[in-house]
Amino acid sequence: MLRNWTQRVTLTDIIVWALGILILIGVIWGSIVTLNTGKYSTSTWIDLTITGLALGGVYALIALGYTLVYGILRMINFAHSEVFMSGPFTATFAAQALIALGWWNTYPILSLVIVMLVSAAVSASIAILLERIAYRPLRHAPRLVPLITAIGASFFLQYTFRGLYGSGLKPFPDMEIFSGFWLIGTVRIFKTQAVAILGAFIMMLVLYTIVQRTKIGKAMRSVSEDKEVAALMGINVDRVITTTFALGGISAGIAGILYLLLFPVAHFFMGFFPGLKAFTAAVLGGIGNVPGAFLGAMVLGLLESVGPSLFLDGLGIPAPNQLKDAIAFTILVFILIFRPSGLLGERLTQAKA
Amino acid sequence: METNTSFSWKEFVKAGLLGGAVAVLLSLVGMVAAFSGRYIVSGVFTMGQVLFIAPILLSTYAALRRNRQLTNSNLFMAGLLSGLVGSAILALLVLIGSMVNLRAMLINASPELYGILTFGRGTGLGIVILLGLGLLIGAAAAGFLLLPDRIRHALTQAIIWVLLIGLLRDLIVTVSFRWGPLSSIVRQLFAVSGLTIIGALILFLLVGGVSYWRWGRPKRDAAESFNQQRPAARWLTIGITGLILLFLPLILGTFFSEILDNVSMYILMGLGLNIVVGFAGLLDLGYVAFFAIGAYTIGILTSPELGIATMSWWEALPFALLASFLAGFVLGLPVLKMRGDYLAIVTLGFGEIVRLLVLSDWLRPWLGGSQGIQRIAQPSIGPLVLNTQQELYYLFLIGLGLVAFIAWRLKDSRLGRSWMALREDEDVAMAMGINHVSTKLLAFATGALFSGLAGAIFAAKLTSVYPHSMNFLVSINVLSLIIIGGMGSIPGVFIGALVLIAAPDLLREFAEFRYLVYGALLVVMMLTRPEGLWPEKRRQLELHEEEPAVVPAAD
Repeated sequence: MLRNWTQRVTLTDIIVWALGILILIGVIWGSIVTLNTGKYSTSTWIDLTITGLALGGVYALIALGYTLVYGILRMINFAHSEVFMSGPFTATFAAQALIALGWWNTYPILSLVIVMLVSAAVSASIAILLERIAYRPLRHAPRLVPLITAIGASFFLQYTFRGLYGSGLKPFPDMEIFSGFWLIGTVRIFKTQAVAILGAFIMMLVLYTIVQRTKIGKAMRSVSEDKEVAALMGINVDRVITTTFALGGISAGIAGILYLLLFPVAHFFMGFFPGLKAFTAAVLGGIGNVPGAFLGAMVLGLLESVGPSLFLDGLGIPAPNQLKDAIAFTILVFILIFRPSGLLGERLTQAKA
Repeated sequence: METNTSFSWKEFVKAGLLGGAVAVLLSLVGMVAAFSGRYIVSGVFTMGQVLFIAPILLSTYAALRRNRQLTNSNLFMAGLLSGLVGSAILALLVLIGSMVNLRAMLINASPELYGILTFGRGTGLGIVILLGLGLLIGAAAAGFLLLPDRIRHALTQAIIWVLLIGLLRDLIVTVSFRWGPLSSIVRQLFAVSGLTIIGALILFLLVGGVSYWRWGRPKRDAAESFNQQRPAARWLTIGITGLILLFLPLILGTFFSEILDNVSMYILMGLGLNIVVGFAGLLDLGYVAFFAIGAYTIGILTSPELGIATMSWWEALPFALLASFLAGFVLGLPVLKMRGDYLAIVTLGFGEIVRLLVLSDWLRPWLGGSQGIQRIAQPSIGPLVLNTQQELYYLFLIGLGLVAFIAWRLKDSRLGRSWMALREDEDVAMAMGINHVSTKLLAFATGALFSGLAGAIFAAKLTSVYPHSMNFLVSINVLSLIIIGGMGSIPGVFIGALVLIAAPDLLREFAEFRYLVYGALLVVMMLTRPEGLWPEKRRQLELHEEEPAVVPAAD
């Protein structure tokens, strides 16, 4: 038994594990130091947690697009970050139009719904076009080919929108009813963050119901199980795939509006980092798994928002917030090394990837 | 009409819609307006006009070609239909634009653009002209298809060369000014922008004539004909190429030498990434990290600003190479077990981590933070300090020669064949006794080494390094050029770099649309010709393995 074990462990394993343990020790040590110095008050921690949850909600909705597509096509839709960008970027114009009409603050909920619909429609259209033009002809090509196509499509879309709407920042107007905060007991929660958390949660439930309870959801699950057999059972595989991209686009479009409530500026590059992090979240939760995406996104959002203050600060790193993106990517790298199946997923990376 | 024609008009309406949509897109992202100042033939037509006419023409032509069996009159009808639909979409844009202010949303939907699209004749007359032009385009496409092959081929070549030479006017004219007698001839052929009418005609007839004359003669593969030459002739070819390369900066002058340096740097990186992506099939999106590590190691070790060390460039170079080589190893370790997509994302994450660390205040004392590192030493040979673009070119040239030689020898070596075996089927390769750990690690490390070398020379070129020049887009540039050139193909790297890196530098209007075009090229390339412009033979076979065998029998 022992001999078996020593034979199986290679030098690379040892180095990788040593690296992992080193980082873990760093994280624990940093957290202990921070908590001991008591630099941050409890209310700061609560604020950070809520910020993290709101961020996590947005990531969850984007992650859903990655997860659904991966589940069915076994490919990473690299251009999903641009699907996410296209909706809200366009919706800023709808918001401007609503302000010009005077509806923005007189009918705020209706306005928000309109803006969300615009955003979801644009994102979904882009996703469908993307699938139809770029991915469908390559469904049987070697693995590298669709991935490179996706990267190309991502840049094409990014710079097309830059060309169409300009490279400047497009502000998303504030909504009067969502400015300020609510007090729940002693906990202060910003209204925009509450809306983001709530919106993400509702959307997530709706999409989960669609995937689990409806006929089209059943078709999606069966296609992800086995395309050929599903086709034999009379399922229109192409249509199911289009629907999947559309669902991913809708949820990305709505995520985009929630994101703009939190960070009210749209620009052509806004998709890159959220997209990458949402992908991390999807992997963290177990790619191909809808509740997993939600869980992974929440964990990632929390780590990203609490992490810099919690453990980087304790390690004596100045301006720890600069490294919050690095935390997300480090998590991505290590989750893929130690548990590529993610928190809730089946073991996929080696068998099917 | 449907009764006596046997063609499905739907397909041609679709082709027209597609061409029109692309033309509208090119107009609205600003490309048409940006290129409208650049004449191809002076006073006759501009690149901007080419950009909105060509999509309709090409899409019409492609649709007609798919339906070659139609009768001539039907072909003309179909062409007219498709051309009309295409131009109608452009006309619709002009019409809507003249009624509604689209500019509030689409910043390029300006009166200028409408002016270009209507040839400056106002909305009403302009739309009529545009529709007429559409009919003309359709007729031209159909007529073109009906020409004999030989003439069509000659015409295509002539048009392509006129466009190309017209676009490269600045390069040709500037370079020719350095050569007295040549410049007076060149001045006759070129105007302030683009070719003169006479120049265009001469070029058109010349290229058309030559390609008409050469039609049907056996075409030889460039590499094949090189191999078939006798040794003496082969050495002559090599010698002449070498001489041209040696004197290139003197021929080109300072400004174009800088472009040359840029291209050389990307070729250097491309050769490295070609090993990782092309040979070993590991898609690395964080390639810029190694470039950064090479450049920063030079910066840290030579710049007096940080006060860590003040070596000369040559002393620091081995450390830079070692650092990037080791970084390649370290990245390779954790990602060994991953395949395909995951690898791409993890390497992307790694590249971003490196950038974020370099940018952070935390490592500022050592890496300079967002202000980067200045006053980096430049290499010197004896008393001569290599500090002009022309001198640095020779540094690139030596590096390039060395790296290209290594890459070329590696390709068919035992290691190179192991990489290709792993790329094709990892499990089978392992079963054949290939050690996938060391093989993959060596691919990463070698690729990283080349990129580190490029970074080291880059640091010497700018004498400063900034985190902002180490972004993801560098990786995308390199990836695009090796994919356009042909994955796994060494000449492909050169071709790709010449096309992709030189183009934005030579045509400043193009620079703004660089990534838009790269992205589109990647997609189109993957859809139509995944093996690239200069394919590597094995790779070509792999990429087409799922298609029915259409390989012609060996003759």
